[in-house]
Amino acid sequence: MATTDQEVNELIKREYEHGFVTDIEADTFEPGLNEDVIARLSAIKKEPEWMLEWRLKAYRRWLEMDEPDWAHVGYPKIDYNSISYYSAPKRKEDMPQSLDEVDPELLKTYEKLGIPLHEREKLAGVAVDAVFDSVSVATTFKEPLAKAGVIFCSISEAVRDYPELVQKYLGTVVPHGDNFFAGLNSAVFSDGTFVYVPKGVRCPMELSTYFRINAANTGQFERTLIIADEGSYVSYLEGCTAPMRDENQLHAAVVELVALDDAQIKYSTVQNWYPGDENGKGGIYNFVTKRGACIGKNSKISWTQVETGSAVTWKYPSCVLRGENSVGEFYSVALTHNYQQADTGTKMIHLGKNTRSTIISKGISAGKSSNAYRGLVKFGPGAEGARNFTQCDSLLIGDRCGAHTFPYIESKNKSAIVEHEATTSKVSDEQMFLCRQRGIDPEQAVSMIVNGFCKEVFKELPMEFAVEAGKLLEVSLEGSVG
Amino acid sequence: MLSIKNLHASVEGKEILKGINLEIKAGEVHAIMGPNGSGKSTLSQVLAGNEAFEVTEGEVILNGENLLDLETEERAREGIFLAFQYPVEIPGVSNLQFLRTAVNAMRKHRGEEEMNAAEFMKLAKEVSKQVDLDPSFLKRGVNEGFSGGEKKRNEIMQALLLQPKLAILDETDSGLDIDALKVVSDGVNALRSEDRAILMVTHYQRLLNHIVPDYVHVLAGGRIIKSGGRELALELEEKGYGWLGIKDEETADSAAN
Ligand SMILES: Nc1ncnc2c1ncn2[C@@H]1O[C@H](COP(=O)(O)OP(=O)(O)OP(=O)(O)O)[C@@H](O)[C@H]1O
Ligand SMILES: [Mg+2]
Repeated sequence: MATTDQEVNELIKREYEHGFVTDIEADTFEPGLNEDVIARLSAIKKEPEWMLEWRLKAYRRWLEMDEPDWAHVGYPKIDYNSISYYSAPKRKEDMPQSLDEVDPELLKTYEKLGIPLHEREKLAGVAVDAVFDSVSVATTFKEPLAKAGVIFCSISEAVRDYPELVQKYLGTVVPHGDNFFAGLNSAVFSDGTFVYVPKGVRCPMELSTYFRINAANTGQFERTLIIADEGSYVSYLEGCTAPMRDENQLHAAVVELVALDDAQIKYSTVQNWYPGDENGKGGIYNFVTKRGACIGKNSKISWTQVETGSAVTWKYPSCVLRGENSVGEFYSVALTHNYQQADTGTKMIHLGKNTRSTIISKGISAGKSSNAYRGLVKFGPGAEGARNFTQCDSLLIGDRCGAHTFPYIESKNKSAIVEHEATTSKVSDEQMFLCRQRGIDPEQAVSMIVNGFCKEVFKELPMEFAVEAGKLLEVSLEGSVG
Repeated sequence: MLSIKNLHASVEGKEILKGINLEIKAGEVHAIMGPNGSGKSTLSQVLAGNEAFEVTEGEVILNGENLLDLETEERAREGIFLAFQYPVEIPGVSNLQFLRTAVNAMRKHRGEEEMNAAEFMKLAKEVSKQVDLDPSFLKRGVNEGFSGGEKKRNEIMQALLLQPKLAILDETDSGLDIDALKVVSDGVNALRSEDRAILMVTHYQRLLNHIVPDYVHVLAGGRIIKSGGRELALELEEKGYGWLGIKDEETADSAAN
């Protein structure tokens, strides 16, 4: 028995594939945060006055807030004045107008990451917005999207070009004062993605954003806002990577989704930020606020996430189900190993009648990592006939890791129904023996067993990304059996 | 093909195999019988390389190679196959994916090209019919929710797909209804060939009517105490293990442990 655990521990040792640094000239702010820094940031981005005001209001609010400490994670105190709040690859002109104008080094970076940035290398039907450090560098497929009336651009562009939409929705789902990290993001967000799908339009392709942190000592604070107007549909995917560095880097994003009547948003994440080395040195702090508001009747928001990266993850993609018959879904795979810590889960807030939510969470812990599911299911007084189904499964690899489940239920409506199921299992020695007896490598065996465990979630991912997610788990588990 | 010399093995400090000697040649079928707890499964597992068991003495040579030096998966690739007495479930991993991964691992080892999903599907469907398993079982999780008999048929299907040199079948006949017994026996007989050996553990002489062994061995208290032809099985059935005078002695022995 001891032997297999040892082997499994070997397997968990893995190399981070995306750990290269791109050598490009960058404009980077000195570390530090104050109102001047925010004003400079806003000026560089040629933002209108209202945007700067919005940021400053958030900043002042943030100064009065405390960093949360309730999560099941531990990390040294972050000095917010040692972080640089802006880094952009240097460009001759203001913004690249087409892909030809994008720095070839940058394109190479995305190529290495396997991102279909160049249209000629397009992965069928995926439009990509790529965010490098603080700025959005290229958005592909602008034209076919425009034909359908879909707006897909960087949030900076949206602030300039579609101020009414941005002003109407920005901060309505995740307000300034929501939490410490959301407050910080609201003050200093540097770029991100904006999507608007007009009434009755089914977005003709998957939309996707790749985030990459390159510069040292910079934080990344992207902001994403997706609005699905009445009867529309959009599927959106984000992927993330970062170079290997000894210092920890902060990533504090905010994502807001708004679904109007009969609209559907499917939001998928494959998160593979640098998790730190096998001794727990370095890695990304991923403190993210993601929330969707089903404000229209019969609307639906689905979160699917595959989280394998980051040193510390603090993330609860949530749904506020306001509209009658609206539906919220959360499908999650979170894998931790070495010294990674994840406290992740979801909140389903049922406010409207007959609202329904489903939560499927698969936590995989290996090495000395700690993996916690934290979920809140809440029924307001008006949530007549609402129901939730929650299933939380944990899989342990080896015997030095931990899995924790913290389900919270609050109900102010007697007719609401909650079903909760939870399991904890291990990759057993017998399973490993069976696989190996059939000639299968131990590494492949673990990865196959883990993939099987995650099947219910993977089937929710868009096809091409399900394959990617499977591969990612395989890479993430490399070295865990030897 | 396989030569076992003075094999001793223990689990958690307790010696289970106490000096096994056995020679198996290509083309032969050997049956191993013996009381519960005598070490039949242990022998099977030790040959396949289960690391829960520690080999303390002795050697095992497979086609000139020292088997005990090889990892479990290497032994499998060299042609050792074990049909488990209690097949384990792997939830969420489809039988098809599992089998294809296994078959491709073997093919890779032999320097052959891997089979793609379509090719493999065709092959797997044929083989599943051979053991009378509906092809829908290929889509289900490995042994997930299979009945006892279905699990056993699934094991034989795997043997047929992997075409091993030495197939060790640990009580593949137990828990089967009469028809299934016939199906499984036909499967095993289909495996019989000049260059393949079969070692089967069974409690029932009736299986040996379907699969006629060349040799029958009685394993008791971790040793082979009697070997003979297939008539030995008939004799055992008639007289019980008491006839060999092992019952009392061995019960006392295991109680002492
Ligand atoms: N993992 C283990 N831990 C402790 N004891 C074990 C372990 N595996 C086997 N044993 C013991 O070894 C002895 C032999 O077991 P084994 O399974 O080889 O018997 P068997 O001959 O196959 O019996 P059966 O006919 O009931 O299948 C038994 O006493 C059993 O309890
Ligand atoms: Mg047995």
